[in-house]
Amino acid sequence: MPHENSYHIEAAGSGVVTLVLTGRMDLERFGDLTGLIGAIFDAHSPSKLNVDMNGVSYLDSAGALFIVRLEDEARRRSVVFALSGLSREKMGILSLIDRDALTKPSLAPRERRMNVIEHLGVASIAAVRDIYDIMSFTGELMCEIGYSLTHLQKVRWGDVVSYMKKVGVDGLPIVGLISFLLGLIMAFMSSLQLKQFGANIYVASLVAVAMVRELGPIMTAIIVAGRSGSAFAAEIGTMKVNEEVDALTTMGFSPMRFLSIPKVIASLLTVPVLTIFSSIFAIMGGLIVGVLGLNLTIFTYIQQTMKAISVFDIVSGLAKSFVFAAAISAIGCQRGFKARGGAAAVGNATTSAVVTSIFLIIVIDSTFAIILHYV
Amino acid sequence: MNSTEPVIKVEGLTVRYGSDTVLQDVGFEVQPGEIFVIVGGSGCGKSTLLKHVIGIETPAKGSIWINGTDTSALDDVELRTLRMGIGMLFQSSALFGSMTIGENVALPLTEFTDLPMKDIESITRMKLGMVELAGYDNHYPSELSGGMKKRAGIARAMALDPAMLFLDEPSAGLDPVTSAELDVLIKKLNEGTGTTMIIVTHELETIFNISHRIIMLDRNAKGIIAEGDPRILRRDSDDPRVTDFFNRRVTEKKTKG
Repeated sequence: MPHENSYHIEAAGSGVVTLVLTGRMDLERFGDLTGLIGAIFDAHSPSKLNVDMNGVSYLDSAGALFIVRLEDEARRRSVVFALSGLSREKMGILSLIDRDALTKPSLAPRERRMNVIEHLGVASIAAVRDIYDIMSFTGELMCEIGYSLTHLQKVRWGDVVSYMKKVGVDGLPIVGLISFLLGLIMAFMSSLQLKQFGANIYVASLVAVAMVRELGPIMTAIIVAGRSGSAFAAEIGTMKVNEEVDALTTMGFSPMRFLSIPKVIASLLTVPVLTIFSSIFAIMGGLIVGVLGLNLTIFTYIQQTMKAISVFDIVSGLAKSFVFAAAISAIGCQRGFKARGGAAAVGNATTSAVVTSIFLIIVIDSTFAIILHYV
Repeated sequence: MNSTEPVIKVEGLTVRYGSDTVLQDVGFEVQPGEIFVIVGGSGCGKSTLLKHVIGIETPAKGSIWINGTDTSALDDVELRTLRMGIGMLFQSSALFGSMTIGENVALPLTEFTDLPMKDIESITRMKLGMVELAGYDNHYPSELSGGMKKRAGIARAMALDPAMLFLDEPSAGLDPVTSAELDVLIKKLNEGTGTTMIIVTHELETIFNISHRIIMLDRNAKGIIAEGDPRILRRDSDDPRVTDFFNRRVTEKKTKG
């Protein structure tokens, strides 16, 4: 019959203390057992400690660790230690414990926590290195684009079409929905103000100009960065950590040409088209508010929209979206190529691709705003 | 459970992926404390069988009993509790790259016990010492060699002192010396802790060095073609598939196929 999990301490007069253990000595009991160590030595101050394990029905490595700790403590206090009731199985577990390993210092020091100044320094160096890496990657990408333009038959057009579907066709529903709702909200909010001045008709102008010149390209670019830029980084990052990129290099391929060029070309061709769709969907959203909320006719709304936007607005919006596409796809690829390590590195590359792309989208948009102001 | 009752019992296990049957009517028993090796050529379903036994995948047909419990009758919570008594070393070691080796080993202890950090650190050091990785607690998996990763994987798998340890191709990707060292470690842990070891491998050295009993799977048979002591099977089996495997012989049909 198995013994109950328990212990008792028998103290003889001559300083001989016996610890009788019964039942299971396992991980579940480890916390209780380790609490015993201090109690035995402090309360009884033994000159000799006998540990009777005859009643122990099961001993795992945690139980064995308790015995080792007990023995170490006895040795530290110069107490004679004796074990009894050890079967061959229990001896086997005890023999597995490497006593030196319990106190051996770590071969690698624990990472020291940095203070704010150090963090700032490390972040600054990382930022400078990052800019250098992006510039170097951009240069390399330009060379590969130049090569591809002069060797069109070398471009992997099958991959280009596949990525065009992923970026464009698969991205259209979400771009369309968000743009439609954006147009709807913009028209509704602006109508509340413009109605007071009897300027309902200008809701159409506001939605059209805002979307075609600014929000259409920006919203599309942010959605593409979140959907496709991250996917590019994850795809190349996974290939990088699985040594597939190294395999391409050793086979004599240019990983940049093989992996990046199709993605960049596909993005350059599809993002401007998505931007056009984005503006159309937003205008449709505005139209719904105009017709249902402001009593405008469909014809009047469209006529006002056409009057408000110029060819220059359309061209500048498309030019912007073209540059956004280049930035998003390049950053996605660059972050993927930079991934080192395992799954966490791929995750970091993906996050970094999205964050950097959105930051660049805003920077590029600001630059365009300044340039277009003087054109 | 009495001592002769098997810790694992598989009956009529059939595994299908779509219309493709990988294993058909497989059955075997594993006794407590033994090193039980599942062997066979590539693609015969060794790892698939292992995944079904530990409940990662669900079979099309058949039953699996672990410690007398039919795993098909368990809900998710019960299955999770059952798995806590099982350790698993994956082929790739599957150490978490963002954690140090010490954190990897300590993870099951921090998640499933209420022990204070001091005791967890102490048990972690002991486990690392048991697999001869003392001092490597602050290293990251990427800083270790293949053999060290496997040993760290074993330490993590044994963190909760499981009654059963499953090892999927422990020698995969290791040089012969490291592989032999790992075999010695597995044998030492089995003898020391009495943990039942279920190993999937096609390494002959591992099979003959450490196994108590094997089952041999065959891709065409979609099941077990031999069972028993590998040393006796090599000597006495008259099945050419078994003798070919043990003697590393390539049949003409295979070379053409």
